[in-house]
Amino acid sequence: MKIAIASGKGGTGKTTVAVNLVLSVEGMQLFDCDVEEPNCNLFLGQELEKVEDVSCPVPVIDSDKCTLCGKCATFCRYNALAALPTGIMVFPFLCHGCGGCGLVCPEGAVQEEPRVLGVVEKGKTTAPLEFYRGLLNIGEAMATLVIRTLQEHIDASRPAIIDSPPGVACPVIAAVGNADYCVLVTESTPFGFHDFKLAVEVVKLMKIPFGVVINRDGLGDSRVEDFCRAEKIPILLKIPNDMRIARLYSEGIPFVEEMPGWKEKFAAMFKAIESGSESGVMNA
Amino acid sequence: MKQLAIISGKGGSGKTTLTAAFASLAKNAVLADCDVDASDMHLILKPEIQEEEDYLGLEVASIDPELCTGCGKCREACRFGAISADITINQYSCEGCAVCTVACPENAVSMKPRISGQVFSSKTRFGPFAHAKLGIGEEASGKLVSAARERAIKLAEQYTKDLIIIDGPPGIGCPVIAAITGTDLVLAVSEPTVSGIHDLKRVIELAKHFRIPVTVCINKFDINEVNSLTIEKFCAEAGVPVLGRLPYDDITTRAMMREETVIEYAARECSLSKENVSFPAKSPCFENSHEHEEPVKGRDFVSEVCKIWEQLEERLS
Ligand code: SF4
Ligand code: SF4
Repeated sequence: MKIAIASGKGGTGKTTVAVNLVLSVEGMQLFDCDVEEPNCNLFLGQELEKVEDVSCPVPVIDSDKCTLCGKCATFCRYNALAALPTGIMVFPFLCHGCGGCGLVCPEGAVQEEPRVLGVVEKGKTTAPLEFYRGLLNIGEAMATLVIRTLQEHIDASRPAIIDSPPGVACPVIAAVGNADYCVLVTESTPFGFHDFKLAVEVVKLMKIPFGVVINRDGLGDSRVEDFCRAEKIPILLKIPNDMRIARLYSEGIPFVEEMPGWKEKFAAMFKAIESGSESGVMNA
Repeated sequence: MKQLAIISGKGGSGKTTLTAAFASLAKNAVLADCDVDASDMHLILKPEIQEEEDYLGLEVASIDPELCTGCGKCREACRFGAISADITINQYSCEGCAVCTVACPENAVSMKPRISGQVFSSKTRFGPFAHAKLGIGEEASGKLVSAARERAIKLAEQYTKDLIIIDGPPGIGCPVIAAITGTDLVLAVSEPTVSGIHDLKRVIELAKHFRIPVTVCINKFDINEVNSLTIEKFCAEAGVPVLGRLPYDDITTRAMMREETVIEYAARECSLSKENVSFPAKSPCFENSHEHEEPVKGRDFVSEVCKIWEQLEERLS
């Protein structure tokens, strides 16, 4: 089972939920798909090794064969090629690697070479938790490619937790798109609630069953709960607005390790999701 | 005209709260919400939309079932896995590259425009405001960010404003790059958590990569003073000025609940005016200063925000 942890807004506690959840249940896999800012390992402290480079095939023009017809540049939707009187100029940073230029070139002058834009890494310790993460290189734009490559490593026979990027744009879709369940993390403030509703739209659109974790419970008002009640969205867990949790977080310590009783709560949440009885958690 | 971008790497570090506060303090600025993925600034600024425009993103492939023979050549050619076995296009995976149109022997595929979001020009109580909304699951939010910035520039010209204040998106990917390129100054809002430090390093590197002067402020510095010192040390080594440290204070939440900026909130709660904090000239503070006798919490927070703003203004002049 693949469970994605998501939120419309950053900083609501996605990583907190993902990390504390995998530490509360044995035999989990964790995939940090927030490839722009992968933070899970700050809490896990695993030694990482590279699994593979993530690369995008970019065109290389063979100037002997190229007749400067410019068909490639006209075709490219990303403006990654420009036909100049002296040659074809390639802007690798804009290239999405679709391969279209090679297809339309009548002279067979377009070759491709991989351009590395990120990496997939893996924690060296595999038990009790298997950890993978993707990392997008600085200045690169194609987060989705890193996310897709990273997700190829999911072992479908075991539960996998996916820490997804914030927002509602394409990287989120890439991260949560093939999940079986989605946990939305939010806080009950005007900003939190507004972004939460966007996230609800995303998961509804993707037709993924979902539930909610209210983080920093006690902050703000009851607007998220009222909304969930009206919309029949299960509330899976409430994490209090507790200075101890904030401090532990700031030090990179998963709070389930220090605060008794919480592993059980996360484990119960997982069980409920797994058995499809999350509504039971709702009134807990 | 100058442009200031406020970014944070990590979401939820108080970027929008701070940007909104600057909106209260700025004298002659246009505001731009470039956090198009999850924009929140409008919740505080309550814009009156004056102009709205659809934003066309990359096109999306569409197959004419009359012409399609089901040969599967398009599916083979698509590198983004956007065409399913039964030859339907998944519009969320389609990157609009148009390779399928070339691959199809039957000319059954064409590219159709898609509306990926909206861009707005608005009026607010702080002046003109450019903002945007990305459609759910849409691509290329970087381009939408650029569209919002173009609107902000137009507004600045139209209303002869000399500064654009940009609320940037989180992360370091394409939307952030679009939000900071060509700006004159970046303020990175950080928090003293291990993840905050990690992300701050990445955004500083990003700003340096694009050769934009970058400054830092630390939010909630007192939740972990050791980490705050780490940030200051790191910034000193990197030659990045730290403009201020904001204490943890629920004034940010209280102001948000009332849909006010912290400056407005504090001004209304008044007693602050005696404490030597300068407020915008029109501050309601002076009108109803007897109403609140209790000392207002959040004084330190607000005066620190004012201090940071003064330094930003100085650097931009
Ligand atoms: S336009 Fe490109 S990404 Fe979209 S379906 Fe066609 S080949 Fe695939
Ligand atoms: S290549 Fe053209 S004819 Fe063949 S399956 Fe695709 S759309 Fe249909």
